[in-house]
Amino acid sequence: MVTVIVFGLLAACFVWIVTAFNRLIALKGQVQNAWKQIDVQLKRRHDLIPNLVETVKGALEFERDTLEAVIQARTRAVGASGVREVAEAENMLTQALGRLFAVTEAYPTLKALDNVAQLQEELTGTENRIAFSRQHYNDSATHYNVVQQQFPTSLVAGLAKASIVELWEITDPGERDLPAVDISLR
Amino acid sequence: MTAPAPVRRSARNLFHEQEENRRKSSWLMIGFIVFFAWVGFGGDVALILITGDSADGYQHRVPMVGIVVTMSAAVVAWSAWTRGDRQVLWSTRAMELITPVTAEHQQLVNVVEEMALASGLPRPRIWIVPDDDPNAFATGRDPATASIAVTEGLLARLDRDELQAVVAHELAHVARYDTRVMTLVAAMVGAIALLSDGLGRLLWHSGRAGRSVGRRGGWQAGGLGLIMLVIWWSTLVVAPLVSRMVAMAISRQREYLADATAVQFTRYPAALASALTKLDQSRSPTLAVGHAVAHLCIVDPADRRFQRWKGAFGDLMASHPPITERIRRLREMGG
Repeated sequence: MVTVIVFGLLAACFVWIVTAFNRLIALKGQVQNAWKQIDVQLKRRHDLIPNLVETVKGALEFERDTLEAVIQARTRAVGASGVREVAEAENMLTQALGRLFAVTEAYPTLKALDNVAQLQEELTGTENRIAFSRQHYNDSATHYNVVQQQFPTSLVAGLAKASIVELWEITDPGERDLPAVDISLR
Repeated sequence: MTAPAPVRRSARNLFHEQEENRRKSSWLMIGFIVFFAWVGFGGDVALILITGDSADGYQHRVPMVGIVVTMSAAVVAWSAWTRGDRQVLWSTRAMELITPVTAEHQQLVNVVEEMALASGLPRPRIWIVPDDDPNAFATGRDPATASIAVTEGLLARLDRDELQAVVAHELAHVARYDTRVMTLVAAMVGAIALLSDGLGRLLWHSGRAGRSVGRRGGWQAGGLGLIMLVIWWSTLVVAPLVSRMVAMAISRQREYLADATAVQFTRYPAALASALTKLDQSRSPTLAVGHAVAHLCIVDPADRRFQRWKGAFGDLMASHPPITERIRRLREMGG
């Protein structure tokens, strides 16, 4: 009788360990996938910038510094790796782009160009894509972090090689406001 | 540095919702086929009892009605499962948006892709319904095969943020597997209406024939057959009404939940609130959307003024909760 109970308990423990382990692995996969999604969107942004610079270059002769800042920030962002470094570089790029758009506001002729308007929608879309994939990454990562620290799942965390993942934080207080990207396409 | 925003989306809850919707879908399919079997074989029993005694003329022996009706129900259920989304889209004359040309369409594509990222779902197919009334719906068996449809009026009237909120609401239905249940219901409500109409008419004639046979044969067997016939007929008569009520009840509860999930995607309740306000102000019915598809839409495609009618009947037949209540809840979230 006792052996039956002991065996039953052991079996239940084993089933629980397998379930918790698999849950952690699944969550880890989700976080990795969410990070890959940000990567895809950042690549999209990087590809779009040369196009943007090319389009506005002629009209922005007197704003060379702003353009230079965007190009430099882009180069840095392309070379970055790791959550923290990528986040920092991309935040700088976001700011440089924000300044460029603010400058663009002052040139009504530029805004009136048809392909500038198109580019504007593309960039708004791209910036939103980055923001939303970042949000999704942070949600998945937070969920993963919470689950692996919760008792009793925390007992299996080592077995599943689960460790706390970094969130993509916004460091610049100005960034917290709505992005200045939208120079009103509506 | 501030603490990361608390995760309001409970992945566990979403998972339970999905499981529940999967289970509901299976029961819907089973219930649908069982109902049709009852209608078919019930009719056979009635016919056997009525024609049983008549020495001359037709005697019903083989339950052909039951076999045919049950098999066609299985076919309808199967096609609702495999092609329900196509049927729904076809009924609204929606056109798929594949290569965006106009700025408006490009914006729609961008917004859908953004929301797919926010929700972590694959990008759904995008359809445009040629109708000037603003409305939107989602359909599809699972996120991989999902479709989102918006009307031309919606694109014309909403700004980018509002469009995003509406798309988020529709993707919330996709993520929760509401679309699976609701697409099945749409296909089945249509089939039941058709069956009730067709068989009801058939019955009317055979019922009259049965009565004359009963008078000639024995009243006993004929009487039993008639009782059977009455029960059978009343199921047929109430079936379309009941099936629509089920559809409405299923969709009503889901709208608040989808609104909440949409806000988790956009983090911007005000945009959904103002989109709903605009949809509410549009009084004209969405003509392209028929009764069977009504419960899929973000707002009731029938004339919006009906929604304001108070009373038990209005509540029972409403496919959506009152818009004002939905807006109030969104405002409470910080809209």
